[in-house]
Amino acid sequence: MADHTEHPEHSHLSDTDLRVRALESLLTEKGLVDGEALNAIVDTYENKVGPRNGARVVARAWVDSEYRAWLLRDGTAAIDSLGYASTQGADIVVLENTAEVHNMTVCTLCSCYPWPVLGLPPALYKSFPYRSRAVKDPRGVLREFGQDIPEDVEVRVWDSTSEVRYLVLPERPAGTEGLDEEALAELVTRNSMIGTDRLKGNNG
Amino acid sequence: MDGVHDMGGMDGFGPIPIEEDEPVFHAPWEGRVWAMNMALAALGKWNIDAGRNIMEQMDPVRYLSSSYYQRWLYRTEDILVERGMVGREEIETPPEQRKLEKLADPLSHEEIVTRQRAGKSARLDEDIPAQFKAGDQVRARNIHSRGHIRLPRYARGKAGVIDRDYGVFIFPDTHAVFAGTKPQHLYSVRFAARELWGEEASARDKVYLDMWDDYLEAC
Repeated sequence: MADHTEHPEHSHLSDTDLRVRALESLLTEKGLVDGEALNAIVDTYENKVGPRNGARVVARAWVDSEYRAWLLRDGTAAIDSLGYASTQGADIVVLENTAEVHNMTVCTLCSCYPWPVLGLPPALYKSFPYRSRAVKDPRGVLREFGQDIPEDVEVRVWDSTSEVRYLVLPERPAGTEGLDEEALAELVTRNSMIGTDRLKGNNG
Repeated sequence: MDGVHDMGGMDGFGPIPIEEDEPVFHAPWEGRVWAMNMALAALGKWNIDAGRNIMEQMDPVRYLSSSYYQRWLYRTEDILVERGMVGREEIETPPEQRKLEKLADPLSHEEIVTRQRAGKSARLDEDIPAQFKAGDQVRARNIHSRGHIRLPRYARGKAGVIDRDYGVFIFPDTHAVFAGTKPQHLYSVRFAARELWGEEASARDKVYLDMWDDYLEAC
């Protein structure tokens, strides 16, 4: 389906590309940026920081009840302890999903996102439809992700209006008792940590 | 300001784009824009609130018709000009016609990372009394600031409850215009979905927003 509103860059990619190159060359000539440093930053966000970090945090919380309690009490320190601290994740609050409560995160004003544990935000999170509707119609939004939240489950939406960052701790799926921490981390999706997804167990 | 960036509760933007196996950057230029931002931010000529403030002043038609990284590109150009680091005419002059003096030596990646880690938190180690405590009934003030504000329109004038006190943080409204950090308590404030959106919302659901003392009054 052609949709020009979601990827406007497709229509004038070359103009933008040229403008970015011109800016980088200007800033390089002025001594404000260095190409090698830029390469290293791109590499960090493409290959080193991403939702696999968050998945390891979640898996640890599922297998280690003391870690889980620490994570919910002081998310920042518990995440730091696994080595996932960096900029934009200075204060991280972890939200626990249960059979009674489903948490979902958004940033209506821009696209604040917990980089150290989830990497840079995906298209859905940056999109105008998500930013506008997540707070007003979270159950409708969740249905677009294939999640029908029962009426007796409370939906809590967290709008990231400050420098505090939110990470959802999804429920451990049923039927995963025999899996080790590494195998559990493989089950954790990025969207389950944003709160737009709920994990299904091996039993369905 | 009451700009288009303040999107919470707006209708009409259509379905959510859900991409499978999405790349971090959809084109190489997106990564370059991102990296330039990180490198420039480490120079310390602006802060995150000032950056958002500039983004919010973008022409609304341009804001809505640009992609995420295009907005970062335009914002970067605007703030470089605003902070006197680059002239607008330098941005618009073709590279082959430019004659520039090197201003400084750029930061290495190691230095950028070190500086990011050193300045990462908006939390302040200051002994400021809290105006509210968990469980207090509060109302978000009805403020329509022309400047930078992190209180979305949809919550203004609405009644909620202090859920937790996060401690003392930088106040973005002043920080965005380099007018000081105005340290004060930041809270998570819980609102019933029906208080915000009326009877169509679920009676069970809640929306939580982070709010500073200056955004709140007792109710």
